[in-house]
Amino acid sequence: MKLSSKNLLGIKDLSREDIQLILSTASQFKEVLQRPVKKVPSLRDVTIVNLFYENSTRTRFSFELAERRLSADVLNFAAGTSSAAKGETLLDTVNNILSMKVDMVVMRHSATGAPHFLAQHIPAAIVNAGDGINEHPTQALLDAYSMQEKTGRLEGLKVAIIGDIMHSRVALSNIYLLTKMGAEITIAGPPTLIPKYLQEAFNVNVTYNVKEALQWCDVANVLRIQLERQNQPLFSSLREYNLAYGIKRSLLDSIDKDIVIMHPGPINRGVELDSDVADGPYSIILNQVENGVAVRMAVLYLLSPQSANS
Amino acid sequence: MKSILTKNQIKLTVKRLAHQILENHLNLENTVLIGIQPRGIFLSDRIVDELKNLIPSDKILYGRLDITFYRDDIREELKLANATKIPFSTAGKNIVIIDDVLWTGRTIRSALDALIDFGRPQKVELCVLIDRRFSRELPIQADYVGRAIDTFPSQKVYVRWQENHGGDEVILE
Repeated sequence: MKLSSKNLLGIKDLSREDIQLILSTASQFKEVLQRPVKKVPSLRDVTIVNLFYENSTRTRFSFELAERRLSADVLNFAAGTSSAAKGETLLDTVNNILSMKVDMVVMRHSATGAPHFLAQHIPAAIVNAGDGINEHPTQALLDAYSMQEKTGRLEGLKVAIIGDIMHSRVALSNIYLLTKMGAEITIAGPPTLIPKYLQEAFNVNVTYNVKEALQWCDVANVLRIQLERQNQPLFSSLREYNLAYGIKRSLLDSIDKDIVIMHPGPINRGVELDSDVADGPYSIILNQVENGVAVRMAVLYLLSPQSANS
Repeated sequence: MKSILTKNQIKLTVKRLAHQILENHLNLENTVLIGIQPRGIFLSDRIVDELKNLIPSDKILYGRLDITFYRDDIREELKLANATKIPFSTAGKNIVIIDDVLWTGRTIRSALDALIDFGRPQKVELCVLIDRRFSRELPIQADYVGRAIDTFPSQKVYVRWQENHGGDEVILE
């Protein structure tokens, strides 16, 4: 009983069975997190380094908590305060860390494919915590877990992914995952933020009308406008984006059904999501964060090193 | 292949184990029952059904424990985890752990570690259907035993239930 891959580089590489195994294991870890002692000894002989070449609050804390609650030893690396600032290469940094007997690497990097590059050169298991505009697999897994927990299914579930699709690794990982699990997907947002090939490549619906997407879906996963990745203007102003594509209370009131609202965080309040929606009764944003720890525990547990004779 | 317990014998043994537990824990006062996932559950379900004939069912606190994350052989093989459901506090309680076969004692070692994480119990006891005595790798013994048997390490004990094999029997191979 293990995953078909020794690393978690992207949802693209996972089978449907892998995804089901991760989600079912996560639900057992979620129970662990309700206990008086929220900790199990499973990874007490494992050392994990969190290599963050890009800023993060939620993901880094979530991984670190997951690691500690599995009893792993944890090293934290932030590019800004390390020898990377002196010009050390990624591979040199990682090989130096691994020579101190580190078993697993959790990595976030602004370059697409950085963990895939690393996987070709090091023996340790790698978990991608976000690479450029490519994938953010554990976010998609926790999103799927939260959708399943809230609605009871993934198969046949109608999910709208709304916002900055072009620059979002969350969007790509979600599309891979939901497609594999038999959910239906509609992508919505401004034409400048939706890649052209998407519809043909993934068999998803695309609309530029957010209300239409909301009316259709059971779950709306609203994504952050990634201004830090946009090096040219792709819409006129944040205020206009909010007026045309932002999710507001009045918009939700105007459709004739209840839908679940999700957001991977950090939220640009008043841009892609208004506060009364983010904090409203249909939002499961904080449940997503809670589930993130259990899902990451499942991933780390399932990828933890096995002795050579097995 | 040798039969250890037949369907009727299992029925009688389950009745006896339920009575013995009640004998030591009158009305299950301050006592809870914990079945070990996955296969101990079949026995603990039967014992709980039997106890419901003997005392009011609201006196029975019954939970299920999965010990996968506490195993000492995780680095050799990952096992599929099952659901743990203990919807009450075990702190200060007498716990009766229920499992189908006691062999090396390693599962029970893991269960003891896991149970401590739910709060410090007053006392922990062990109830098993089959005790493969003289095969222990840890200093663990059962308080309530259905049938004690002598086996070689190469032999296998199969405890089969109506729920998973279409009939109740215990056999040695």
